[in-house]
Amino acid sequence: MPARTSWIPYALIAPSVAFLGALFLVPLVQTIWLSFATADGLTLANYERMTGDLNFSLAVRNTFLLTLVVVPIQVALALAMATMVSKLEKGRDLALWILTIPLGISDLAAGLAWLALLQNTGYLNSALYALGLISGPVGWLSQETPWSLFAAIVLAEIWRATAIVLVILIAGLQLIPKEFAEAAEIFGAKPWTRFRKITLPLLKPSLQSALILRTVLAFEVFAVVYALGGRNFPVLAGEAYTWQNENQNYGVAAAYAVLIMGISLAATAVYLRVLKTRPEQLP
Amino acid sequence: MADIVIDRVVKEFGSFRALKEVSLNARDGEFVALLGPSGCGKTTLLRIIAGLETQNSGRVVIGGRDVSELPPRKRGLAMVFQNYAVFPHMTVFENVAFGLRMQKTSEAEVKRKVGRSAALLHIESYLDRYPAKLSGGQRQRVAVARALAVEPAVLLMDEPLSNLDALLRLELRTELKAVLREAGTTTIYVTHDQTEAMGLADRIAVMYGGKIEQIGTPLEVYATPGTRFVGGFLGSPPMNFIRVACSEGAARIGNITLPCPVASSEMEIGLRAEDASLAPIGSGIGFDVRVVEPMGSHLLLTGSIDGQLTRIVVPPTAKVAAGERVGLTVDPSRLTWIDGATGRAVVRA
Repeated sequence: MPARTSWIPYALIAPSVAFLGALFLVPLVQTIWLSFATADGLTLANYERMTGDLNFSLAVRNTFLLTLVVVPIQVALALAMATMVSKLEKGRDLALWILTIPLGISDLAAGLAWLALLQNTGYLNSALYALGLISGPVGWLSQETPWSLFAAIVLAEIWRATAIVLVILIAGLQLIPKEFAEAAEIFGAKPWTRFRKITLPLLKPSLQSALILRTVLAFEVFAVVYALGGRNFPVLAGEAYTWQNENQNYGVAAAYAVLIMGISLAATAVYLRVLKTRPEQLP
Repeated sequence: MADIVIDRVVKEFGSFRALKEVSLNARDGEFVALLGPSGCGKTTLLRIIAGLETQNSGRVVIGGRDVSELPPRKRGLAMVFQNYAVFPHMTVFENVAFGLRMQKTSEAEVKRKVGRSAALLHIESYLDRYPAKLSGGQRQRVAVARALAVEPAVLLMDEPLSNLDALLRLELRTELKAVLREAGTTTIYVTHDQTEAMGLADRIAVMYGGKIEQIGTPLEVYATPGTRFVGGFLGSPPMNFIRVACSEGAARIGNITLPCPVASSEMEIGLRAEDASLAPIGSGIGFDVRVVEPMGSHLLLTGSIDGQLTRIVVPPTAKVAAGERVGLTVDPSRLTWIDGATGRAVVRA
C-alpha cells in the first residue's frame, strides 16, 4: 500500500533535514543577514568597510595566490602517487595508509608541527647550523621574508591535504576497467599516451570532485597560515576571524564569510562546466 | 601475414601452474580455437601471446620473430576482448581509428581504413555516436572493426561473443567467419563454447588443466577424441563411455562381441549418441530406456547399457517409450577405445 506508507521516507530523512536546517541553513541565512545589517538598516556598509580595509586586497591576493599554487601541485602530485600506488602488487594498502596519515591530523596541529620545524629556534635552523651552513638563527616566517613564508605555507598545505585528492583519485582509478589500458597497449599506445588518452579522460569525474573539494577548502585556508605566519600573511578566512574576535565587528566578519562563499560557489560552477562529462561518454 | 609458434610455454601464478609446457603452431592465415572449460589456461595462453602476461619460460614466435620479451605494442597484433573494451569517451570512429592514430597514419588513410573496416562490420551508420548508445552486439562489432582496421598479421580474440544473447551470437559468428576468411588474418580464438569453436576454426586445440589435450580439425577432435576428456567435453550430448573388459582380443557388451584393439585390459568404449541406431527387436546391444525427450529434430533417449548411463539420439519418428528395452547396433569403426587407466584413446594396431 504505497499511500499508507508514503510518509515513512519523509519521517526517516526528517532528522537530517532538521539537523542541516538548524546547524547549516539558519546560520547561513543569519550570516548573509548579518553582513548587510547595520544601524541604518540593510546597507552595503559592512562590505565597504571590508574592501576599504588595508589588509583586504592583500588577503584576496594571498588567498588566490595560495590556491593557484597549491591546488595544481596537489593534483599533479596526487595523480602521480595514485598511478604509482595502483601499480603496486604488494603492500598497496600499507602504502596508501601511510600516505593518508596527514588526513588524520587537524590543520592547526599540522601548522604547529611545521612551525616547530621552521621557526627561528626550529629543527631546520638547528640542522643548518649544525652543518655549518648558517651562523645564527634565520627567520623564515617573518614579515621581512614574505617569499619563504609563502613557500612554507605552500609546503605545509601540500603535506597536509594532498592525501584527500589521492584518495579520491585512487577510488576513481579503481573504477576504470583494466581492459581499456590493455586494449590501448595492444593497439600501440605508449605509457604516456595511455595515461593522456585513456586514463585521464576516464578519470575526469573523479578529478572534478577532487578539484572542487580541494579548491573550496583552499579558499577557506586559515589554521596553517595562522600558525605559521599569524597576520603577516593575511588570508580571507583569517581576516574574518580577526574582525570577529579582535575587532568584535560581526558585520564585517560576515561580509568576509559571504565573500568566501561566493568565490567557492563560482569556482565550483567553473569546474562543473569546464570538466563536464557528457552522460554518453561515461563507461 | 604471420604464423605463430608457441614453444613450451610455462606460466605459474604463485604455486599454481596455469600452463604446463604448452606448445602450439598456427599456420599463416589459420584460425585456431582454444577450447576448454573455465580455468583450463586458454585465456592465460592468449594473454601471453598478446604480451599482457609474461610466461615463466618458453617462447612466443610470431612471423619468425621471437616476441617473448617484447611489450604488446611491438608484437604487431590486434585483440578483441570479452567485455569489448571499447573506449567510452571516444566516438565509434575514433575507436576504430585508435590503432591507426597510434601508428601515425595520415588522416586520409585513417578515413579510408576506418570506412572500409566499418563497412565490413556494418557499423557505418553510427560512426559518430558514443559506445554507451550502442547495444552489446554493436559494441562488439566496433571492437572487431577496431582490430581489423590496423590490418593485423595476428588477431587474438578472447571469448568475443560470450556476452551476447544466443541469436546475436549465431549471427555475429557467421559474419566473423566470412570477414576473417576474407582478411586472411592468423587468428587465435579463445572460447568455452564448442559450437563456436567447431563452426569457426580450421583447427581446435582442446585445453584442460593447463595442457593441450588434443589439437586437430573440428571433425578430427569430434570423431576421434584423443582422450576421455575431449570426448566428454565435445558434443551435445557428450560422448558415452561404457566400461568393458577385454580378454583375448574381444570384449562383450550386452550380448554382442566386439574386437578389442588390445589383447587384454580394462577398456572404455566411447560411443557418440548419434553413432548407434535402433536394431530389429530382439537383436543388438540391450538398451534400457528410462527417459525419452523429443527435441524436434531428433529424440534424445537416456537409459543404460549393462547398467551404465548412456544417451542415444534416434530419428524423431522412432517408436520408443520409456521403460522399454530396445536393441542397438553400432558401427565398430566409429567407436573410440579408451584405456580405462590412462584415459587416452587406444589406436588400433
